[in-house]
Amino acid sequence: MVQERPLPTFQATSPQVTKEEGLVVYEDMVLGRYFEDKCAELYQRGKVKGFVHLYNGQEAVASGVIKAMRSDDYVCSTYRDHVHSLSAGVPAREVMAELFGKETGCSKGRGGSMHMFSKEHNVLGGFAFIGEGIPVALGAAFQTRYRKEAMGDAGADQVTAAFFGDGTTNNGQFFECLNMAALWKLPIIFVVENNMWAIGMAHERASSQTEIYKKASVFGMPGYEVDGMDVLAVRAATKKAVERARAGEGPTLLECLTYRYRGHSVADPDELRDPAEKKFWRDRDPIKRFEAYLLEQDLASETDLKSIRDKITDVVEDCLTFAEESPDPHPAELYKYIFAED
Amino acid sequence: MAETFLFDALREAIDEEMSRDQTVMVMGEDVGQYGGSYKVTKDLYEKYGELRVLDTPIAENSFTGMGIGAAMTGLRPIIEGMNMGFLLLAFNQISNNAGMLRYTSGGNFKIPVVIRGPGGVGSQLGAEHSQRLEAYFQAVPGLKIVACSTPRNAKGLLKAAIRDDNPVLFFEHVLLYFNKEDLPDDEYILPLDKAETVRTGKDVTILTYSRMRYHAMKAVEALEKKGYDPEVIDLISLKPIDYDTIGASIKKTHRVVIVEECMRTGGIGAEIIASINDRFFDELDGPVIRLSSQDIPTPYNKGLEDLTIVQPAQIEEAVEKIMQGRL
Repeated sequence: MVQERPLPTFQATSPQVTKEEGLVVYEDMVLGRYFEDKCAELYQRGKVKGFVHLYNGQEAVASGVIKAMRSDDYVCSTYRDHVHSLSAGVPAREVMAELFGKETGCSKGRGGSMHMFSKEHNVLGGFAFIGEGIPVALGAAFQTRYRKEAMGDAGADQVTAAFFGDGTTNNGQFFECLNMAALWKLPIIFVVENNMWAIGMAHERASSQTEIYKKASVFGMPGYEVDGMDVLAVRAATKKAVERARAGEGPTLLECLTYRYRGHSVADPDELRDPAEKKFWRDRDPIKRFEAYLLEQDLASETDLKSIRDKITDVVEDCLTFAEESPDPHPAELYKYIFAED
Repeated sequence: MAETFLFDALREAIDEEMSRDQTVMVMGEDVGQYGGSYKVTKDLYEKYGELRVLDTPIAENSFTGMGIGAAMTGLRPIIEGMNMGFLLLAFNQISNNAGMLRYTSGGNFKIPVVIRGPGGVGSQLGAEHSQRLEAYFQAVPGLKIVACSTPRNAKGLLKAAIRDDNPVLFFEHVLLYFNKEDLPDDEYILPLDKAETVRTGKDVTILTYSRMRYHAMKAVEALEKKGYDPEVIDLISLKPIDYDTIGASIKKTHRVVIVEECMRTGGIGAEIIASINDRFFDELDGPVIRLSSQDIPTPYNKGLEDLTIVQPAQIEEAVEKIMQGRL
């Protein structure tokens, strides 16, 4: 089936980014794409095990949101978490090593594909059950407000971005957390990556109200429908939400309309989705679209973009070598990390 | 110092910890303005304000997860289950995120959270309000599980739990809140992982916890008159179990009776028997006796409720049997 709901239009009348910002965002999107392509290949070759959920097609959301935030802001992801982690600054080496289950992985090889964590980069996880990361993200946002008001830390103005999919918006934790976030005006952005499919369940077969952004209004918070294939649209909406959150005005919900090019996971035969639907979205590829924008606006030359792509090709090769050469966790450390003292 | 009720001992623990550490806060249903259903947080809202004593909507799974997220980012939340049974709704957060997240994250985050509230079989509260979640949660890795039983240990243990860097499930018993005793004047902290020897004896080791400690002691009164000398150990820590104390006692008595309020199947006692067999089998003179609640939803009717949980007379009888070798 072809998308019936029209994509929102976003009129870029003037450059939304400086050259420097644009290249950072572009590099991040390319990293997300190339990294996931490599994961798919490694899974096929049997190098990476377990459940692996790839992000291809959705790059404008991770890059658009996270690159519009500060490095001390918090990011909370789902099982489709490789690219959110990369955008938040977790080195590709550490994400790839985690996929290999190595001691050098960001979760020391204990987490795997669905459980990327980095305290250093404020990545709260990597949550594999639907919706369970949203309360955790809410807790980080509460902590920021608490630190500012109950502990008098004037510098506590971090914002938390909680990412999740359309399927999650039918889960109680989604509604419960929207309520509490609005009630307490917490600095959080609920980023819905509506890719229209919860594994094999089409969004309109699961949701009585398919326009998720409208659910925000019930809680008295702004909700925006965003073209999730346009990184500048995502970035602009995020900036507005971040500004609101930092000013203590409370949460925002962004519904980013996007699409995953691959199946739910690498194990998904992906038989239900119409090829015409896939083509519709692939024609709106966020990376190609942003490339065209950068070139049109004279923010980058073909050479600039190519050199970024070449650099990322090298980064991905390097992280693969790093992961392969890294040691496994030591068997004697099977029990390490159960308790805080370990 | 005047005698202190158990609920007030808990309140003192929270108050003292909140005043010494700004990152300690309380959250849950009716903990603030209302002062807590059992008054464990009475007056703290007025003293510390609405952020540090946070009244939450009735959304157990989400506010528990929120406490975990706050703990991951530097706070030390005390999450109150208005009734611990309600936390079945938060099982996912307690298991996946409180219990396992530190390990899964390869040590990235610690989760210094206390999840506390009343559990156990009350007085005709019906099945849902009479649950013993300690047995359900004992299999979750990464959790510490504690059951307090006296005003003195309630205060010292709760303070320790709040200071602990790990998630602690802290069980109070709904029928023990009005127990009272003199508390030490000076500040004290009790270890979370040590059992408490309630009565020293040489004949038989009675292992128990929470309210069943009092049923055991009632049985002991009768047993003493008959010339028996039982040792009574209050487990305190249900995870990890203090096998050092248990082992030392078994080496002296060679006989064990377990008295618990949780259900027989998959209970705390089941786990202890298995571990006693692993560790101290050669010390035993006979099989361990286990007295547990019946494997049924706790009935409302008073007579049936009494039949569901272990009564002092049953403990007395079990000890006599084991002492007379009638097993």
